[in-house]
Amino acid sequence: MARYDRAITVFSPDGHLFQVEYALEAVRKGNAAVGVRGTDTIVLAVEKKSTPKLQDSRSVRKIVNLDNHIALACAGLKADARVLINRARIECQSHKLTVEDPVTVEYITRYIAGLQQKYTQSGAWKANATGRNSNSIREFLEKNYKETCGQETVKLAMRALLEVVESGGKNLEVAVMTKDHGLRQLEEAEIDAIVAEIEAEKAAAEAAKKAPPKET
Amino acid sequence: MECVFGLVGKDFAIVVADSSAVHSILVHKTNEDKIMLLDSHKLMGASGETGDRAQFTEYIQKNVALYQFRNGIPLTTAATANFTRGELATALRKNPYMVNIILAGYDKEGPSLYFVDYIASLHKLDKAAFGYGSYFALSMMDRHYHRDMTVEEAVNLVDKVIMEIRSRLVVAPPNFVIKIVDKDGAREYAWRESIKDAPVIAS
Repeated sequence: MARYDRAITVFSPDGHLFQVEYALEAVRKGNAAVGVRGTDTIVLAVEKKSTPKLQDSRSVRKIVNLDNHIALACAGLKADARVLINRARIECQSHKLTVEDPVTVEYITRYIAGLQQKYTQSGAWKANATGRNSNSIREFLEKNYKETCGQETVKLAMRALLEVVESGGKNLEVAVMTKDHGLRQLEEAEIDAIVAEIEAEKAAAEAAKKAPPKET
Repeated sequence: MECVFGLVGKDFAIVVADSSAVHSILVHKTNEDKIMLLDSHKLMGASGETGDRAQFTEYIQKNVALYQFRNGIPLTTAATANFTRGELATALRKNPYMVNIILAGYDKEGPSLYFVDYIASLHKLDKAAFGYGSYFALSMMDRHYHRDMTVEEAVNLVDKVIMEIRSRLVVAPPNFVIKIVDKDGAREYAWRESIKDAPVIAS
Protein backbone atom coordinates (compact mmCIF):
# COMPACT_ATOMS: atom_id res chain seq x y z
CA MET A 1 0.00 0.00 0.00
CA ALA A 2 2.79 2.41 0.82
CA ARG A 3 3.98 2.35 -2.80
CA TYR A 4 0.82 4.17 -3.91
CA ASP A 5 1.16 7.26 -1.78
CA ARG A 6 4.25 8.89 -3.23
CA ALA A 7 2.55 11.14 -5.73
CA ILE A 8 -0.81 12.90 -5.71
CA THR A 9 -1.64 11.56 -9.16
CA VAL A 10 -1.25 7.88 -8.31
CA PHE A 11 -4.31 5.75 -7.57
CA SER A 12 -3.99 2.81 -5.23
CA PRO A 13 -5.41 -0.53 -6.50
CA ASP A 14 -8.57 -0.03 -4.42
CA GLY A 15 -9.17 3.44 -5.83
CA HIS A 16 -7.76 5.66 -3.10
CA LEU A 17 -5.79 8.81 -3.71
CA PHE A 18 -3.65 8.58 -0.61
CA GLN A 19 -2.17 12.06 -0.79
CA VAL A 20 -5.65 13.59 -0.79
CA GLU A 21 -6.66 11.47 2.21
CA TYR A 22 -3.48 12.36 4.08
CA ALA A 23 -4.25 16.03 3.42
CA LEU A 24 -7.78 15.60 4.80
CA GLU A 25 -6.25 13.93 7.85
CA ALA A 26 -3.96 16.94 8.34
CA VAL A 27 -7.04 19.18 8.34
CA ARG A 28 -8.75 16.95 10.88
CA LYS A 29 -5.75 17.34 13.16
CA GLY A 30 -5.69 21.11 12.68
CA ASN A 31 -7.05 23.72 15.06
CA ALA A 32 -10.81 23.84 15.41
CA ALA A 33 -12.38 26.65 13.40
CA VAL A 34 -16.00 27.81 13.52
CA GLY A 35 -18.06 30.17 11.39
CA VAL A 36 -21.57 31.42 12.21
CA ARG A 37 -23.82 33.66 10.12
CA GLY A 38 -26.27 35.99 11.88
CA THR A 39 -28.77 38.40 10.39
CA ASP A 40 -26.31 41.30 10.31
CA THR A 41 -23.06 39.81 11.52
CA ILE A 42 -20.71 36.99 10.60
CA VAL A 43 -18.35 35.55 13.20
CA LEU A 44 -15.24 33.45 12.71
CA ALA A 45 -13.58 31.87 15.71
CA VAL A 46 -10.43 29.73 15.69
CA GLU A 47 -8.72 27.74 18.39
CA LYS A 48 -5.34 29.20 19.19
CA LYS A 49 -2.58 26.88 20.31
CA SER A 50 -0.68 28.44 23.19
CA THR A 51 1.88 30.84 21.76
CA PRO A 52 5.33 31.01 23.36
CA LYS A 53 5.55 33.87 25.86
CA LEU A 54 8.23 35.66 23.85
CA GLN A 55 6.26 35.53 20.59
CA ASP A 56 4.10 38.49 19.72
CA SER A 57 0.71 36.76 19.64
CA ARG A 58 -0.63 39.34 17.23
CA SER A 59 1.79 38.19 14.56
CA VAL A 60 0.23 34.72 14.33
CA ARG A 61 -3.09 35.39 12.67
CA LYS A 62 -5.37 32.51 11.74
CA ILE A 63 -8.20 34.71 10.51
CA VAL A 64 -7.25 36.87 7.55
CA ASN A 65 -8.80 39.43 5.24
CA LEU A 66 -9.09 38.46 1.61
CA ASP A 67 -10.80 41.72 0.71
CA ASN A 68 -12.77 44.43 2.52
CA HIS A 69 -15.83 42.22 2.67
CA ILE A 70 -14.39 38.70 2.87
CA ALA A 71 -12.46 36.96 5.62
CA LEU A 72 -11.05 33.46 5.86
CA ALA A 73 -10.31 31.16 8.79
CA CYS A 74 -8.36 27.98 8.17
CA ALA A 75 -7.39 24.68 9.71
CA GLY A 76 -4.51 22.49 8.62
CA LEU A 77 -1.07 23.30 7.28
CA LYS A 78 -0.62 27.05 7.67
CA ALA A 79 2.13 27.24 5.07
CA ASP A 80 -0.20 25.82 2.44
CA ALA A 81 -2.91 28.20 3.64
CA ARG A 82 -0.59 31.16 3.09
CA VAL A 83 -0.07 30.21 -0.55
CA LEU A 84 -3.81 29.87 -1.16
CA ILE A 85 -4.59 33.09 0.69
CA ASN A 86 -2.08 35.00 -1.43
CA ARG A 87 -3.60 33.65 -4.66
CA ALA A 88 -7.11 34.44 -3.39
CA ARG A 89 -6.13 38.00 -2.50
CA ILE A 90 -4.71 38.56 -5.97
CA GLU A 91 -7.88 37.13 -7.50
CA CYS A 92 -10.05 39.47 -5.40
CA GLN A 93 -8.23 42.53 -6.77
CA SER A 94 -8.00 41.13 -10.29
CA HIS A 95 -11.75 40.49 -10.34
CA LYS A 96 -12.42 44.07 -9.22
CA LEU A 97 -10.07 45.35 -11.92
CA THR A 98 -11.72 43.46 -14.77
CA VAL A 99 -15.41 43.61 -13.84
CA GLU A 100 -15.46 46.61 -11.47
CA ASP A 101 -17.35 44.57 -8.86
CA PRO A 102 -16.04 42.91 -5.69
CA VAL A 103 -16.04 39.10 -5.70
CA THR A 104 -18.98 37.25 -4.21
CA VAL A 105 -18.24 34.78 -1.41
CA GLU A 106 -19.38 32.00 -3.73
CA TYR A 107 -17.01 33.09 -6.50
CA ILE A 108 -13.91 33.23 -4.33
CA THR A 109 -14.80 29.93 -2.64
CA ARG A 110 -15.05 28.28 -6.05
CA TYR A 111 -11.75 29.87 -7.03
CA ILE A 112 -9.92 28.59 -3.95
CA ALA A 113 -11.47 25.15 -4.36
CA GLY A 114 -10.32 25.19 -7.97
CA LEU A 115 -6.80 25.85 -6.78
CA GLN A 116 -7.08 22.89 -4.46
CA GLN A 117 -8.68 20.76 -7.17
CA LYS A 118 -11.29 19.79 -4.68
CA TYR A 119 -14.83 19.97 -6.02
CA THR A 120 -16.47 18.99 -2.77
CA GLN A 121 -16.71 22.56 -1.46
CA SER A 122 -20.23 23.65 -0.64
CA GLY A 123 -21.73 27.00 0.02
CA ALA A 124 -24.51 28.86 1.80
CA TRP A 125 -23.92 27.51 5.29
CA LYS A 126 -25.67 29.11 8.27
CA ALA A 127 -22.91 27.77 10.49
CA ASN A 128 -20.10 25.30 10.00
CA ALA A 129 -16.90 24.03 11.54
CA THR A 130 -13.67 22.45 10.38
CA GLY A 131 -10.51 21.11 11.97
CA ARG A 132 -10.20 19.20 15.21
CA ASN A 133 -13.48 17.81 16.60
CA SER A 134 -15.46 19.58 13.92
CA ASN A 135 -18.16 16.89 14.18
CA SER A 136 -18.84 17.73 17.83
CA ILE A 137 -18.95 21.42 17.06
CA ARG A 138 -21.31 20.85 14.15
CA GLU A 139 -23.58 18.74 16.40
CA PHE A 140 -23.66 21.56 18.95
CA LEU A 141 -24.51 24.08 16.24
CA GLU A 142 -27.27 21.88 14.84
CA LYS A 143 -28.83 21.68 18.29
CA ASN A 144 -28.38 25.29 19.26
CA TYR A 145 -28.44 27.34 16.06
CA LYS A 146 -31.01 30.06 15.79
CA GLU A 147 -31.09 33.34 13.86
CA THR A 148 -29.08 35.83 15.89
CA CYS A 149 -27.65 39.27 15.38
CA GLY A 150 -24.79 41.33 16.73
CA GLN A 151 -23.28 40.16 20.00
CA GLU A 152 -25.52 37.07 20.19
CA THR A 153 -23.91 35.73 17.02
CA VAL A 154 -20.48 36.21 18.58
CA LYS A 155 -21.59 34.36 21.72
CA LEU A 156 -23.02 31.50 19.68
CA ALA A 157 -19.80 31.06 17.71
CA MET A 158 -17.70 31.17 20.86
CA ARG A 159 -19.99 28.82 22.76
CA ALA A 160 -19.65 26.34 19.90
CA LEU A 161 -15.88 26.56 19.91
CA LEU A 162 -15.68 26.35 23.72
CA GLU A 163 -17.28 22.89 23.49
CA VAL A 164 -13.96 21.54 22.30
CA VAL A 165 -11.39 24.14 23.27
CA GLU A 166 -9.97 24.71 26.71
CA SER A 167 -11.66 27.79 28.05
CA GLY A 168 -9.97 31.17 28.13
CA GLY A 169 -9.23 34.13 25.89
CA LYS A 170 -5.68 32.93 25.35
CA ASN A 171 -6.93 29.96 23.38
CA LEU A 172 -9.35 31.67 21.08
CA GLU A 173 -9.01 34.00 18.16
CA VAL A 174 -12.27 35.70 17.16
CA ALA A 175 -13.09 38.02 14.28
CA VAL A 176 -16.40 39.73 13.59
CA MET A 177 -17.52 40.99 10.18
CA THR A 178 -20.28 43.54 9.78
CA LYS A 179 -21.40 45.71 6.89
CA ASP A 180 -20.37 48.96 8.57
CA HIS A 181 -17.11 47.99 10.21
CA GLY A 182 -15.73 45.29 7.92
CA LEU A 183 -13.58 42.70 9.64
CA ARG A 184 -12.65 43.36 13.25
CA GLN A 185 -10.37 41.14 15.33
CA LEU A 186 -11.44 41.03 18.98
CA GLU A 187 -8.86 41.89 21.64
CA GLU A 188 -7.94 39.25 24.20
CA ALA A 189 -9.65 41.29 26.92
CA GLU A 190 -12.89 41.43 24.92
CA ILE A 191 -12.77 37.67 24.34
CA ASP A 192 -12.19 37.05 28.05
CA ALA A 193 -15.16 39.26 28.91
CA ILE A 194 -17.48 37.36 26.56
CA VAL A 195 -16.18 34.00 27.84
CA ALA A 196 -17.00 35.18 31.36
CA GLU A 197 -20.53 36.10 30.22
CA ILE A 198 -20.96 32.68 28.62
CA GLU A 199 -19.75 30.90 31.76
CA ALA A 200 -22.10 32.99 33.90
CA GLU A 201 -25.02 32.15 31.62
CA LYS A 202 -24.10 28.47 31.79
CA ALA A 203 -23.93 28.61 35.59
CA ALA A 204 -27.30 30.38 35.77
CA ALA A 205 -28.85 27.75 33.49
CA GLU A 206 -27.44 24.96 35.68
CA ALA A 207 -28.79 26.66 38.82
CA ALA A 208 -32.21 27.15 37.21
CA LYS A 209 -32.33 23.42 36.41
CA LYS A 210 -31.72 22.57 40.06
CA ALA A 211 -34.01 25.28 41.56
CA PRO A 212 -37.63 24.44 40.41
CA PRO A 213 -38.10 21.28 42.55
CA LYS A 214 -38.00 23.57 45.62
CA GLU A 215 -41.16 25.47 44.56
CA THR A 216 -44.38 24.16 46.00
CA MET B 1 -6.12 70.79 -22.99
CA GLU B 2 -6.27 68.67 -19.84
CA CYS B 3 -4.87 70.16 -16.74
CA VAL B 4 -3.78 68.61 -13.44
CA PHE B 5 -1.87 70.41 -10.70
CA GLY B 6 -1.17 70.07 -7.01
CA LEU B 7 0.61 71.56 -4.03
CA VAL B 8 1.67 70.69 -0.51
CA GLY B 9 0.43 72.73 2.47
CA LYS B 10 1.06 72.67 6.20
CA ASP B 11 -0.40 69.24 7.02
CA PHE B 12 -2.14 68.40 3.79
CA ALA B 13 -1.73 68.14 0.06
CA ILE B 14 -4.16 69.28 -2.62
CA VAL B 15 -4.64 67.92 -6.13
CA VAL B 16 -6.77 69.71 -8.72
CA ALA B 17 -7.84 68.37 -12.10
CA ASP B 18 -10.06 69.61 -14.89
CA SER B 19 -13.13 67.48 -15.47
CA SER B 20 -13.70 67.54 -19.20
CA ALA B 21 -13.75 64.31 -21.20
CA VAL B 22 -12.97 65.28 -24.79
CA HIS B 23 -12.82 63.30 -28.04
CA SER B 24 -11.58 65.32 -31.01
CA ILE B 25 -13.95 68.30 -31.17
CA LEU B 26 -16.63 66.73 -28.99
CA VAL B 27 -16.97 67.21 -25.23
CA HIS B 28 -18.40 63.94 -23.91
CA LYS B 29 -18.94 65.21 -20.38
CA THR B 30 -17.80 68.02 -18.13
CA ASN B 31 -17.84 66.18 -14.79
CA GLU B 32 -15.28 63.43 -15.34
CA ASP B 33 -13.39 62.67 -12.12
CA LYS B 34 -9.70 62.34 -12.96
CA ILE B 35 -8.42 62.13 -9.40
CA MET B 36 -8.56 58.59 -8.07
CA LEU B 37 -8.51 57.66 -4.39
CA LEU B 38 -5.82 54.98 -4.24
CA ASP B 39 -6.53 54.21 -0.61
CA SER B 40 -7.64 56.03 2.51
CA HIS B 41 -4.70 58.45 2.40
CA LYS B 42 -3.58 58.73 -1.22
CA LEU B 43 -4.76 60.68 -4.23
CA MET B 44 -3.69 60.10 -7.82
CA GLY B 45 -4.58 62.81 -10.32
CA ALA B 46 -3.94 61.75 -13.90
CA SER B 47 -4.10 63.38 -17.32
CA GLY B 48 -3.53 61.94 -20.75
CA GLU B 49 -5.06 59.33 -23.03
CA THR B 50 -8.51 58.55 -21.57
CA GLY B 51 -8.29 54.76 -21.79
CA ASP B 52 -4.75 54.63 -20.45
CA ARG B 53 -5.65 57.01 -17.64
CA ALA B 54 -8.52 54.85 -16.34
CA GLN B 55 -6.71 51.56 -16.89
CA PHE B 56 -3.42 52.57 -15.37
CA THR B 57 -4.77 54.35 -12.28
CA GLU B 58 -7.15 51.47 -11.53
CA TYR B 59 -4.27 49.01 -11.90
CA ILE B 60 -2.16 51.00 -9.43
CA GLN B 61 -5.12 51.27 -7.05
CA LYS B 62 -5.70 47.49 -7.02
CA ASN B 63 -2.00 46.81 -6.45
CA VAL B 64 -1.93 49.28 -3.56
CA ALA B 65 -4.92 47.46 -2.05
CA LEU B 66 -3.26 44.06 -2.56
CA TYR B 67 -0.12 45.23 -0.77
CA GLN B 68 -2.23 46.29 2.20
CA PHE B 69 -4.03 42.92 2.41
CA ARG B 70 -0.80 40.99 2.08
CA ASN B 71 1.20 42.97 4.60
CA GLY B 72 -1.36 44.40 6.98
CA ILE B 73 -0.04 47.94 6.58
CA PRO B 74 -0.49 50.43 3.73
CA LEU B 75 2.23 51.47 1.29
CA THR B 76 3.96 54.77 2.01
CA THR B 77 3.44 57.58 -0.50
CA ALA B 78 7.06 57.33 -1.60
CA ALA B 79 6.79 53.59 -2.16
CA THR B 80 3.61 54.06 -4.18
CA ALA B 81 5.25 56.74 -6.32
CA ASN B 82 8.24 54.53 -7.01
CA PHE B 83 6.01 51.56 -7.80
CA THR B 84 4.00 53.70 -10.23
CA ARG B 85 7.13 54.98 -11.91
CA GLY B 86 8.45 51.44 -12.17
CA GLU B 87 5.30 50.24 -13.93
CA LEU B 88 5.45 53.14 -16.39
CA ALA B 89 9.14 52.52 -17.04
CA THR B 90 8.62 48.79 -17.65
CA ALA B 91 5.88 49.46 -20.17
CA LEU B 92 7.69 52.37 -21.79
CA ARG B 93 9.72 50.61 -24.46
CA LYS B 94 6.99 48.20 -25.51
CA ASN B 95 3.57 49.63 -24.85
CA PRO B 96 3.82 53.02 -23.17
CA TYR B 97 1.01 54.39 -21.03
CA MET B 98 0.28 57.96 -22.13
CA VAL B 99 -0.56 59.17 -18.63
CA ASN B 100 0.88 61.99 -16.54
CA ILE B 101 0.39 61.62 -12.81
CA ILE B 102 0.36 63.82 -9.75
CA LEU B 103 0.40 61.62 -6.66
CA ALA B 104 -0.36 63.11 -3.25
CA GLY B 105 -0.44 61.26 0.03
CA TYR B 106 -0.30 61.55 3.79
CA ASP B 107 1.74 59.04 5.80
CA LYS B 108 4.04 59.10 8.83
CA GLU B 109 6.36 61.41 6.88
CA GLY B 110 3.51 63.90 6.63
CA PRO B 111 2.02 65.19 3.37
CA SER B 112 3.94 64.69 0.13
CA LEU B 113 3.50 65.23 -3.60
CA TYR B 114 5.08 63.34 -6.48
CA PHE B 115 5.28 64.25 -10.16
CA VAL B 116 5.41 61.23 -12.50
CA ASP B 117 5.25 61.91 -16.21
CA TYR B 118 4.44 59.55 -19.06
CA ILE B 119 8.07 58.69 -19.77
CA ALA B 120 8.51 57.71 -16.14
CA SER B 121 10.32 60.67 -14.67
CA LEU B 122 9.78 60.91 -10.92
CA HIS B 123 10.18 64.02 -8.81
CA LYS B 124 9.17 64.75 -5.24
CA LEU B 125 7.94 68.34 -5.23
CA ASP B 126 6.04 70.99 -3.28
CA LYS B 127 4.08 72.06 -6.35
CA ALA B 128 3.60 70.51 -9.78
CA ALA B 129 1.42 70.81 -12.87
CA PHE B 130 0.71 69.07 -16.19
CA GLY B 131 -0.88 70.15 -19.44
CA TYR B 132 -1.16 73.50 -21.23
CA GLY B 133 -2.62 74.86 -18.02
CA SER B 134 0.72 74.18 -16.36
CA TYR B 135 2.17 77.32 -17.96
CA PHE B 136 -0.30 79.38 -15.97
CA ALA B 137 -0.44 77.12 -12.90
CA LEU B 138 3.32 77.06 -12.37
CA SER B 139 3.64 80.83 -12.86
CA MET B 140 0.86 81.56 -10.38
CA MET B 141 2.19 79.05 -7.87
CA ASP B 142 5.78 80.30 -8.22
CA ARG B 143 4.49 83.78 -7.44
CA HIS B 144 2.13 83.02 -4.55
CA TYR B 145 3.16 79.69 -3.02
CA HIS B 146 5.00 79.58 0.28
CA ARG B 147 5.71 76.72 2.65
CA ASP B 148 3.16 75.74 5.32
CA MET B 149 0.13 77.31 3.68
CA THR B 150 -3.18 76.81 5.44
CA VAL B 151 -6.10 75.13 3.65
CA GLU B 152 -7.76 78.54 3.06
CA GLU B 153 -4.58 80.03 1.57
CA ALA B 154 -4.04 76.96 -0.61
CA VAL B 155 -7.60 76.94 -1.92
CA ASN B 156 -7.32 80.68 -2.65
CA LEU B 157 -4.21 79.98 -4.70
CA VAL B 158 -5.99 77.12 -6.46
CA ASP B 159 -8.86 79.47 -7.34
CA LYS B 160 -6.40 82.05 -8.68
CA VAL B 161 -4.84 79.35 -10.89
CA ILE B 162 -8.22 78.21 -12.15
CA MET B 163 -9.16 81.81 -12.97
CA GLU B 164 -5.94 82.24 -14.99
CA ILE B 165 -6.56 79.02 -16.90
CA ARG B 166 -10.16 79.94 -17.64
CA SER B 167 -9.32 83.42 -18.85
CA ARG B 168 -6.01 82.88 -20.67
CA LEU B 169 -6.12 79.37 -22.16
CA VAL B 170 -7.91 79.04 -25.48
CA VAL B 171 -10.36 76.09 -25.24
CA ALA B 172 -9.95 76.11 -21.48
CA PRO B 173 -11.69 73.36 -19.51
CA PRO B 174 -14.71 74.90 -17.76
CA ASN B 175 -14.93 72.70 -14.66
CA PHE B 176 -12.45 71.49 -12.05
CA VAL B 177 -12.47 69.10 -9.13
CA ILE B 178 -10.39 69.74 -6.00
CA LYS B 179 -9.39 66.90 -3.70
CA ILE B 180 -7.45 67.08 -0.46
CA VAL B 181 -5.51 64.57 1.65
CA ASP B 182 -4.53 65.08 5.28
CA LYS B 183 -4.23 63.03 8.45
CA ASP B 184 -7.97 62.34 8.35
CA GLY B 185 -7.75 60.82 4.91
CA ALA B 186 -8.25 61.62 1.26
CA ARG B 187 -11.52 63.15 0.14
CA GLU B 188 -13.19 65.40 -2.37
CA TYR B 189 -12.96 69.02 -1.29
CA ALA B 190 -14.98 70.94 -3.88
CA TRP B 191 -15.96 71.35 -7.51
CA ARG B 192 -15.47 74.58 -9.44
CA GLU B 193 -18.09 74.50 -12.16
CA SER B 194 -18.80 77.18 -14.71
CA ILE B 195 -20.82 74.83 -16.91
CA LYS B 196 -23.23 72.24 -15.53
CA ASP B 197 -24.20 69.32 -17.78
CA ALA B 198 -27.67 70.24 -19.03
CA PRO B 199 -30.47 68.06 -17.62
CA VAL B 200 -32.55 66.08 -20.12
CA ILE B 201 -35.57 68.13 -21.23
CA ALA B 202 -38.85 66.18 -20.92
CA SER B 203 -40.85 66.28 -24.15
